[in-house]
Amino acid sequence: MDKQKQQEAYKNYVKHKTPVHSLPLNMAKAFVTGGAICTLGQVIMNFGRNMGMGKEVCGSITSISLILLSVLLTGWNIYPRVAKWGGAGALVPITGFANSVAAPAIEYKKEGQVMGIGCKIFTIAGPVILYGVFTSWILGLVYWIWKQWV
Amino acid sequence: MIKGKQSLEFEQAPYLTFAASVAGKKEGEGPLGALFDFVETEDLFGESTWEAAESAMQKIACSLVLEKAGTEPEDVRYLFGGDLLRQGVATSMGVESLGIPMFGLYGACSTAGEALTLAAMCVAAGYGEKMLAVTSSHFGSAEKEFRFPLGYANQRPLSAHWTVTGSGAFLVSAGPERRCREKALQHVRITGVTTGKIVDYGLKDSQNMGACMAPAACDTIIRNLKDFGREPDDYTRIITGDLGYVGQSILFDLMRGQGYDIKRNHIDCGMLIFDQNLQDTHSGGSGCGCAAVTLASYILPKLMTGEWQKVLFVPTGALLSTVSYNEGASVPGIAHGIVLEHIE
Repeated sequence: MDKQKQQEAYKNYVKHKTPVHSLPLNMAKAFVTGGAICTLGQVIMNFGRNMGMGKEVCGSITSISLILLSVLLTGWNIYPRVAKWGGAGALVPITGFANSVAAPAIEYKKEGQVMGIGCKIFTIAGPVILYGVFTSWILGLVYWIWKQWV
Repeated sequence: MIKGKQSLEFEQAPYLTFAASVAGKKEGEGPLGALFDFVETEDLFGESTWEAAESAMQKIACSLVLEKAGTEPEDVRYLFGGDLLRQGVATSMGVESLGIPMFGLYGACSTAGEALTLAAMCVAAGYGEKMLAVTSSHFGSAEKEFRFPLGYANQRPLSAHWTVTGSGAFLVSAGPERRCREKALQHVRITGVTTGKIVDYGLKDSQNMGACMAPAACDTIIRNLKDFGREPDDYTRIITGDLGYVGQSILFDLMRGQGYDIKRNHIDCGMLIFDQNLQDTHSGGSGCGCAAVTLASYILPKLMTGEWQKVLFVPTGALLSTVSYNEGASVPGIAHGIVLEHIE
């Protein structure tokens, strides 16, 4: 018990000692970065609409373009720099997700097509996919039950 | 001679006759850049993987030190080496071609201290005339092993360290090696060692290794002072391995709590190797290579000239694995003390 208290005290002391990024500044940067990526998406979307494409087709083209851009920027080692500055603003949009898949693919390529890329490509994105699918399944179930009652 | 609880004082103090440092591009651009023996601007060192690059560094470091000493690998009795990778594979691959009987070590970033301690003990005990100690770390292989793929976009916390791409090799000899191709560090001797124990304050943050290792450094330094009956001022410098900015300020507090003040003569290899502001390395450098290349390039020459008379060199290590971290275990620390002296 005494040791636990000691550890807790040290943890608090270290927390107090350790410098952290400024939260308001980080939020502002994330807002600008995320906003810029989404604006770019909107530009692509509007461009598609002006070309006379349907709304759904335009949505797909926007996503695919952003993913392609992110993967290319990851390969050129530019996207990590964007995220270093923009934080969550670069991680949350679809471009961040694309980066989290492309980066392991590049890193683990040396370990082979199957054991390297194949096994490890989703090391970071895997949990997002798993729990994303699982959450939508739960929500689907809730929705179905709701529909039975109402 | 056994000293106190954890230390040894050598009656026939071994000589640390030759040292070689190999570093990567970023380290070459840092404050110590001009002091390294070999700087490679291409971090793959002509290999195709980070792991092979790390092995290549070790090979270059060992070859350099043997070349300086004009010694053939067959003349070296034992090799003590280690790195940060799983199963110490960088060392196994790196020193294989030398054909020296070897001990593979793991002490995380404290490995340089562990290797030098064992080499000095072996020489002092008369188990051989010459021993080689080598350690390495590589930013690419360490990030891949412990954190994320290099291309992954994330924000590093301010307490995070930057793994040094570098390898240091040291020749520990029974005699001063006066007749060598290059001038030996003939006045630098390892007069004592204090082997550290694992110290765990229960911290679980692997991105704040300075805070995880500071208690171990404090423990070893105080143990050394008590075992040898010395005061901090008896040392020209007390040099920790890679506590960084965060770890250093914690070490000062912990030491003060025990009644010691080392603010005047403490320096940290992790803080020396990079320029924190220009190189964006946050808390400082880390890794087995950090303490090793700083010792080889910066500390030993000062001891050789006599600018520094007596130094306590304390490489520090954070003993975590990705598995232990994921399973919620804490990050214990370890630190090994080496007393290096200028003796005419």
